[in-house]
Amino acid sequence: MIATLILRDIRRAWIGGGALLPVAFFLLVAILFPFAVGPNAALLARVGGGVLWAAALLAALIPVERLVAPDLASGVIDQLLVRGQSAAVIALAKLAAHWLSFAPPILLAALPAAALLDLPSDTLIRVEIGLLIGTPGLAALALSVGALTATLRGAGALAGLLILPLAIPLLIFGAGSLDGGTGALKLLAAVSLLLVAGAPFVAGAAIRASLD
Amino acid sequence: MSLLTFCDVTCVRGGRMLFDALSFALEPGAAVLVTGPNGAGKSSLIRIAAGLLRPAGGTVDGDASRALLTEAATLDEELPLAKALAFWARLDGRTDAVAAALEATALTDLAAVPMRFLSTGQRRRAAFARVVASGAPVWLLDEPANGLDSDALALLEAAIAAHRANGGAALVASHTPVDLPGKVPIQLHHPGEGRAPVTTDPQLGPGLHRERV
Repeated sequence: MIATLILRDIRRAWIGGGALLPVAFFLLVAILFPFAVGPNAALLARVGGGVLWAAALLAALIPVERLVAPDLASGVIDQLLVRGQSAAVIALAKLAAHWLSFAPPILLAALPAAALLDLPSDTLIRVEIGLLIGTPGLAALALSVGALTATLRGAGALAGLLILPLAIPLLIFGAGSLDGGTGALKLLAAVSLLLVAGAPFVAGAAIRASLD
Repeated sequence: MSLLTFCDVTCVRGGRMLFDALSFALEPGAAVLVTGPNGAGKSSLIRIAAGLLRPAGGTVDGDASRALLTEAATLDEELPLAKALAFWARLDGRTDAVAAALEATALTDLAAVPMRFLSTGQRRRAAFARVVASGAPVWLLDEPANGLDSDALALLEAAIAAHRANGGAALVASHTPVDLPGKVPIQLHHPGEGRAPVTTDPQLGPGLHRERV
């Protein structure tokens, strides 16, 4: 049941090229950064990890509008609710599908991006571990805000304004974990877990409210 | 044992009362035809019956599963018709019902055609095929005859008749005539005809009706 919903969402993310857009955006930010600060290898290597985190944050904004709004408009949500699915379960399936189509491509794209920024390999490993822990939180934020703004037209800019401040803890602890040590990683995991635990209920309530 | 019961259901949309104290029961084999002008609350009644809209007052009861047909086809545009139907059939645990549903709506020849190439009438029949395949005892059909030619309308009526003969029931909202033998008619009127809006206290605003749920 849930697996069917997750597979459908993943399929729809890939066919429209929707899953590749955040990756392209992520890589573009990583490519633009050396142009902006100049080709100083030592400087790039020092700030590169933080750049990748900021790029991941910006990439997480791209899919927000296609997460909930299309299914609400085409009646898919209605049909699922009539079949007795709770809105929270629908949101949970969407969260899982979104993470599965968002996080692995970003984790892969971090490899060429790290090469562009001349990142040391131990920093790259810390970035990858941090992103693995932090992307569920980013996906949860994107889904919650996608559901909250689903009935608004042209909600993309508003979604960005809502997500970025809420994602600051993820960015702080994610970038903080680059210095080594596990304290920041634990806090990153705590923030991510909190967002993931709350998102199905927030998004579910938002979906319910948008029916009235 | 009724499949679906409306008891004193009141519907308020945007601060206006669309209908008030509406009661009826949908028995196995029965059909209720809701008619009325545009904006009279036909679609709202269907959505209340589907559990998607909370009534401002009264209760809707019934444990039987329901199948809903609304304005949207709700079949993935990029998929061939049969696969788009199969997604919903899989959720209903009835993947083997797709072929029969296509047969009943005369869409078997189009099974491999992507949804986005179907015409208005064909999409309507495809959406109806989703209802047929669901196997739910209660069919909630909002304007099922929209965009159908006379042959397709006959198919629709035949499918509803077969469903009722099998102990199912149908709640149909339509502004065009649909032939349902032995139907129970419900006539909705245009809101505002001799009725005051339900929100009489301007300070409370249109959110008032939520308090009564």
